[in-house]
Amino acid sequence: MTDISASLGQLGISEEQVDLLHVATEFCRDKSPVEDVRKLIETDRGYDEKVWSEIAELGWLGIAVPEEFGGSGLGVGEIVPIAEQMGRALMATPFIPATVAGQLLAKAGTERQKEEVLPALAAGERFATTAFGEPGDDMAALGENEAGGFLVSGTTRLVEYAADADLIILAFSHGGSRQLALVERSALPGEALRREAIIDDTRRAYELRLDTFEVAGDAVLDPDKVEEALAHADMVGALLYAADMVGGTFRVVDYTADYLRTRKQFEKVIGSFQALKHPLVDAFIGHERARSHLYAAAHSFGDQGRGEVAVRMAKAQGEKAYAYAADRAIQFHGGFGFTYDCDAGLHRRRAIWNATRYGDARAQKRRLAELLF
Amino acid sequence: MTDPTVEEFARDADAWFSENVPEDPGFMLPLTFMEVGEDRQFDFLRDWQRKVYEAGYLGAAWPTEYGGGGLSEAHQKAATRAMRKYRGPILLNAIGLNWAGPLILDIGSEEQKSAYLKDILSAEDIWCQGFSEPEHGSDLGNAQLKAEREGDEFVLNGSKIWTTQGNYAKYMILLARTNPAAENKYAGLSFFLSPMKIPGIRTQKIKKLTGEFGFTQTFFEDARISADCLIGGEGNGWKVAMRTLEYERGARGGQAGGYVSIPPDLMEIVELAKTAKRDGAAAMDDPVLKDRMVDYLMDMHALSLGNERKRMMPLVEDYPNALPLISKLEFSELYRELSEFALTLLGPKAAYYVGEENSADGGWWARSYLNAFSATIGGGTSQIQRNIIGEHVLGLPKTR
Ligand SMILES: Cc1cc2nc3c(=O)[nH]c(=O)nc-3n(C[C@H](O)[C@H](O)[C@H](O)COP(=O)(O)OP(=O)(O)OC[C@H]3O[C@@H](n4cnc5c(N)ncnc54)[C@H](O)[C@@H]3O)c2cc1C
Repeated sequence: MTDISASLGQLGISEEQVDLLHVATEFCRDKSPVEDVRKLIETDRGYDEKVWSEIAELGWLGIAVPEEFGGSGLGVGEIVPIAEQMGRALMATPFIPATVAGQLLAKAGTERQKEEVLPALAAGERFATTAFGEPGDDMAALGENEAGGFLVSGTTRLVEYAADADLIILAFSHGGSRQLALVERSALPGEALRREAIIDDTRRAYELRLDTFEVAGDAVLDPDKVEEALAHADMVGALLYAADMVGGTFRVVDYTADYLRTRKQFEKVIGSFQALKHPLVDAFIGHERARSHLYAAAHSFGDQGRGEVAVRMAKAQGEKAYAYAADRAIQFHGGFGFTYDCDAGLHRRRAIWNATRYGDARAQKRRLAELLF
Repeated sequence: MTDPTVEEFARDADAWFSENVPEDPGFMLPLTFMEVGEDRQFDFLRDWQRKVYEAGYLGAAWPTEYGGGGLSEAHQKAATRAMRKYRGPILLNAIGLNWAGPLILDIGSEEQKSAYLKDILSAEDIWCQGFSEPEHGSDLGNAQLKAEREGDEFVLNGSKIWTTQGNYAKYMILLARTNPAAENKYAGLSFFLSPMKIPGIRTQKIKKLTGEFGFTQTFFEDARISADCLIGGEGNGWKVAMRTLEYERGARGGQAGGYVSIPPDLMEIVELAKTAKRDGAAAMDDPVLKDRMVDYLMDMHALSLGNERKRMMPLVEDYPNALPLISKLEFSELYRELSEFALTLLGPKAAYYVGEENSADGGWWARSYLNAFSATIGGGTSQIQRNIIGEHVLGLPKTR
């Protein structure tokens, strides 16, 4: 009998994680009250530059960037408590794409790119996002010039926070292979970006359209490292979105419990009705399961084989928990639940967005079955 | 003599269990202590428990003056791990080892400790639990079995039901009503360590869902017990009962060790999915079944991770009591789902039951599924668990 348990994530927590958890809990609570989240929804940028620079000052954008490039040189798992607490606060922030972009550059950047760009990313002086492309996107190089540069055309969708990023790490196909290049956003033609209407109003995403856009040779990332870096970025993204979902699940259960403790009907506080109480308990249990998986994934992230299994499980369980909790939250708020004013809706919509990023539960589970059975 | 280190103890335990786990007796052994339906099962398991105890691998952390090993919890855990590794049969005297024992250790009198603990460990004395009554199960606080004081004695009248191992037990932890006129239903209850083999107490076996025996109805007709049987003081029965339930649901420690049930093994279900055939192909090739298999694997793993996480303070700060309170509900429900899933994997062969040679699994999974309800009903039903979690963790108002 094959022993699957050896391939599963294991739990552990580091001192750094504990510290970050405590600092992040307070920071996110203070800096992202839901009234502020709602104000930011009305803005184009979609996030608060001041809070963003405070995040940078805390060093959170360089946690897993190597020390030689200005980061703290910790593991990706150490970032998890921050992303989790951001999820709890529904924080509007480019933190996840910026972190993934930093990881991508650290993995596949040339020495020069890393020296020139990474320290600025780690310090939050500049920020980069990623343009990986969705299924069906067709960003491609037409040909290579002598300097190793490309002319790139096509469309890439759902580029997070592209309009405000300083840099975009652009993926495109060339022949049979994938390439990555570091593109200055300011170099894009005026019409290149179009804001897309996405389900999650607390985030921003753009369609990027290029027509024979010139990518210089020294902007291209190390082609030999692209696939490995993309696989790594995939795991980082999945882990951080899982964290966001676990945090969101916590908050939406809490938010609903609050309502169930106060709202009265039939002269009774509605939380005494088991038709509400029991599903909310199930939602809470979903959170507990997902959180256990999340911190196992954080702890096991760097382990060969086990890390991938743990991250995929965390992502799948996070989605399941958040979707259920937020779905029930809408229902349990009655007519108010159907309004834009009720936070349940913000959560449900954020949960759907999060699910789609870096593979939804369906995709994760299919991959897990291949890895495990 | 100095105590062995945990490592030394673990090594010895490993060696001992590797040699002493008994051969298959040729009849079906119970998977849980609630399924001991035949004398030959009872005798076999009682011998086994005595052997484990005498070797020092049960009660290792209980004090030596009461028959324990005087070592640490870590020592006992190591022994339990070894027992599991070599797939030892379950320990029989669950209610004594896991609930009555720790209760007596924690709040019993010196006399009670000396009188009961050692024989619990050796399985000399089997214990049962008299909480549920025909008319009051979930509503335990309404238990009506009467215990009327007459001098130094209490006179018991009424009936308990679903008494696991009631027919074998020498003692019962008993919740009874000593004061019907108390200001509320809880205040009128007292808790006893009652003898069973006395005039006026009679048990009647009840056949279970699986077709086997395992529990009884227990009748009390003017049965007289000494007032020394009280534990926790007259009128404090509810508090003691709640404490007992915490031991039972694993929310409070102090148990003697070992295990009293063998849950469905996920790896065996994975194996079953690979070997069972549906439509000529392995069940695992069915994408729907495979998807469910991944779900169960994740859920099971979440529970074992939760078991570790509950000891990591920074990761349980929001609701410190949550993980211990949810574990009974989670494990029991998941085991039920898992064994039901095994039947799905079996396809048409799920039609067979225990004893049929044409079955694929000797009827194992069907019996396992039916038995799974013992844990979703016994010890407080899943619905009651959800009430408790909703009220005590999420702070929701009581259901009335
Ligand atoms: C295998 C097995 C072994 C057992 N062993 C013992 C033993 O050794 N000693 C002992 O004392 N007892 C024992 N029990 C009894 C067990 O504790 C009770 O069966 C259980 O507490 C439920 O009580 P009940 O059977 O009276 O069901 P009821 O309380 O009548 O419940 C019937 C249904 O109503 C639901 N329900 C009841 N109240 C509520 C509520 N407030 N909210 C929502 N739903 C509710 C229940 O969940 C259940 O589905 C055992 C039971 C089993 C199955």
